[in-house]
Amino acid sequence: MPEFDLDHCALRDVNSALHEASKEAANAWVISNPRGTHALAAGVDAPINITIEGNVGYYCAGMNKQADITIDGSAGVGVAENMMSGRVHVKGDASQAAGATAHGGLLIIDGDASARCGISLKGADIVVKGSIGHMSAFMAQAGNIVVLGDAGDALGDSIYEAKLFVRGKVKSLGADCIEKEMTDVNIELLTSLLAKAGIEDVSASEFKRYGSARKLYNFKVDNALSY
Amino acid sequence: MKSDAPRTTPRKASAFDDYSLSEIRRAAATGIYDIRGGGAKRKVPHFDDLLFLGASFSRYPLEGYRERCDTNVTLGTRFAKNPIELDIPITIAGMSFGSLSAQAKEALGRGASIAGTSTTTGDGGMTPEERGQSKKLVYQYLPSRYGMNPDDLRKADAIEVVVGQGAKPGGGGMLLGQKISDRVAEMRTLPKGVDQRSSCRHPDWTGPDDLEIKIIELREITDWKVPIYIKVGATRPYYDISLAVKSGADVVVLDGMQGGTAATQEVFIEHVGIPTLAAIRPAVQALQDLGVHREVQLIVSGGIRNGADVAKALALGADAVSIGCAALTALGDNDPHYEAEYNALGSTAGAYDDWHLGLDPAGITTQDPELASRLDPVAAGRRLANYLAVLTLEAQTIARACGKSHVHNLEPEDLVALTVEAAAMARVPLAGTEWIPGVTPY
Amino acid sequence: MCGIVGLFLRDASLKPEFGSLLAAMLETMTERGPDSAGFAVYNDSDAASVKIVVRPQSESQTAGLIRGLEEFAPGAYDFTVRYTHLLVRTGKDNLGKTLAYLADNYAGAEIISVGEKMELYKEIGLAADISREFGLLQMAGTHGVGHTRMATESAVTTDGAHPFTTASDQCLVHNGSLSNHNNLRRQLIKQGLTFRTRNDSEVAAGYLSWRLKEHDNLGVALEHTLDDLDGFFTFVVGTANGFGVLRDPIACKPAVMVETDQYVAFGSEYRALAPLPGVEKGRVWEPEPAKVYFWERNHA
Repeated sequence: MPEFDLDHCALRDVNSALHEASKEAANAWVISNPRGTHALAAGVDAPINITIEGNVGYYCAGMNKQADITIDGSAGVGVAENMMSGRVHVKGDASQAAGATAHGGLLIIDGDASARCGISLKGADIVVKGSIGHMSAFMAQAGNIVVLGDAGDALGDSIYEAKLFVRGKVKSLGADCIEKEMTDVNIELLTSLLAKAGIEDVSASEFKRYGSARKLYNFKVDNALSY
Repeated sequence: MKSDAPRTTPRKASAFDDYSLSEIRRAAATGIYDIRGGGAKRKVPHFDDLLFLGASFSRYPLEGYRERCDTNVTLGTRFAKNPIELDIPITIAGMSFGSLSAQAKEALGRGASIAGTSTTTGDGGMTPEERGQSKKLVYQYLPSRYGMNPDDLRKADAIEVVVGQGAKPGGGGMLLGQKISDRVAEMRTLPKGVDQRSSCRHPDWTGPDDLEIKIIELREITDWKVPIYIKVGATRPYYDISLAVKSGADVVVLDGMQGGTAATQEVFIEHVGIPTLAAIRPAVQALQDLGVHREVQLIVSGGIRNGADVAKALALGADAVSIGCAALTALGDNDPHYEAEYNALGSTAGAYDDWHLGLDPAGITTQDPELASRLDPVAAGRRLANYLAVLTLEAQTIARACGKSHVHNLEPEDLVALTVEAAAMARVPLAGTEWIPGVTPY
Repeated sequence: MCGIVGLFLRDASLKPEFGSLLAAMLETMTERGPDSAGFAVYNDSDAASVKIVVRPQSESQTAGLIRGLEEFAPGAYDFTVRYTHLLVRTGKDNLGKTLAYLADNYAGAEIISVGEKMELYKEIGLAADISREFGLLQMAGTHGVGHTRMATESAVTTDGAHPFTTASDQCLVHNGSLSNHNNLRRQLIKQGLTFRTRNDSEVAAGYLSWRLKEHDNLGVALEHTLDDLDGFFTFVVGTANGFGVLRDPIACKPAVMVETDQYVAFGSEYRALAPLPGVEKGRVWEPEPAKVYFWERNHA
């Protein structure tokens, strides 16, 4: 079981070892004392388990592929940004731009996520057990965001085809984002997302769905003030 | 009756010229701003306003052939394990697959590889064709992050973080529905046929202090192997280049207002950003003040047309130049061969800039399969390679006449200016005088 | 662009090591701000005295200034030279006369800060060097702020470094970039303020100073910045009894806070908080945009 203590080794040592792991069998890695280190476990491409004990800085698990990464603490800006596949689990809170531009995989945040959660999302799933900040799902193109708590201002501004499920209150909706009908298909999807995130005490029927009104898809002059 | 009296000559207002009047009418009819491609078209001080001081009694020229004038350049020497070696100091600027056809991207790759230089992806990601054809490929990292993924990041020879571009410093990408074909839509994760709305700021960092951390992430993902470029549009070049250096750039790309775009608002192109000529000296000054000139390389783009432009940019302190619109012209864009079709589109060869409509008769700025098939990537690649060879030969000719055995030994003192504006911007004397406005007394 | 740190103690037993804690936080922000660094430390003091930090133009001017003041009011002063700055302590009743004397005789020596509790120091250089040279590591304190600077649109000079002081015992540090500061500076000049630099942060500090003169309390003054300042900012403001935090409504520039029983701390990144004792157990959170936060000490 590979172990790294960032009090006694460098970020480069950890990340280059993780990048070599592609050729090894699945293992459980432990990284301790991150103390806000940036870009920790960024660019991993292997089906390995990684546990990070402590609070991380920016871009932890950036561009993750295949790995299952648990952050036992809080995460800075851009956790799991541009993730392609795999799973990232933040046990504390996440800062801004959590899951930004992520294409695939699952990001779970036990606490709150800050502003711009899921900004420019491109197909990944994000499940936040707490609340999310303002401008979340801005320009979100594809994927799903599930929020058990509340959402801040301008949710889903300029959204494309991503689906948003919010259980709590939405402070305000962004341009072209509206509440949409929860169909049986949506309920099934949401139920499976909750199950994947290990959430058992909440039902899909408690959520509302939000998504694109699709009025900004092709420019019309009367919409000019929406831009 | 006064019908015999001479009339004054009819006069249009200078400010309300034909173009401005036609634009007002168009705006009144449509209710939307004019969108077009290309760079700034109006006349601004440019390299034509500078002249080289060739050999004389005090400077001796080099003979052609035997007496070498070298043109190679190494980019990314500051931090990367694998800097990029180019045979010529001219690269192909970032242009997306999506704005350009696959055939055009392939042609650019072919031509650049023959010439020994690099191409750059654009706001749509890396295609296998381009990676296959380009021996050296720079991968752009843009606010939209369309198609961004770690595999392509690792396949690239360099990464170019785009903060802005000369045509629209402060603007995001734009691709209208007509060009979002199935393939483009899939690469960009967009619904087919919708207008792409692109962000003007990066999603997960704002400002050089946070860019510094983003660059660390990109280096970590690529194991510090490849150079990181930062591209800025020319606005406040002294500060921007300083901050790019402080953020950790290996190379800075500076794009003046003449630099082209696939599509944006006309007012953005013509009225935001400064001329390439005005941006270079402040940028070089910033590198010199930080003690990193030549250690952090400077690539200049925006209106480079011929070997004289290349030589002048190098003389002012750049390490290389980049071409976009000129490369497209070499491929066959706006060729008079298609004049009848340009006329049918309401334009003429050399002026056609409605690239966003995807109707390009030359088959370059389109996704339409029939039009795109008009461009033979092999022949077009050959044309680009020829053009790059001419740019290089012309720059060498000028450098030799100035006594240089390497084009990088060109310096500002080899230049004079024809106008006061150009003298002030390039910080070289007005021809025949020792006056540099703002620097030396008159 | 920059790094900001702030520390406000709840546990008095940490006062003697305040300076070394702030210095450790400041050093983590070096990459964000390699050009210059500065800090303001607040400490308990007797209510009758005041601290003036002066930056003479040279060592010989420092010596001359000390002699001059001793002659001007013998026995009224306590001097401490700290690197390129000079700390002058005197009675509150002597403050006005002292400032007038300095303005008349040593106009080139800049008054860096005035305060009953606050001392402010800033200089070109790396955070660790600044902390060491100004003796931050040995300073006791109750609260304070620090800043490392990456200059954006103005020159790298001592004057351009943060914190900026707006009034007695007040100071401001800023991470971000304002976009309407030139017009605002012209308006504030008409209101009688003076500015030494072209720096946007100095305008923010001047704006707050003006609002406070217009009898806003600090909370209201900070609220007004949301209307009158444009651009991107995270402000941390120090006052005699506490500190305030405000982010602009778009909130792109970072801000992280941590609270424990022993302290409240602010940093541009979590790394800045990492050196603090017991931080792993603290509540880490982010201030919301466009909301004024303020912590105050209840007793001197």
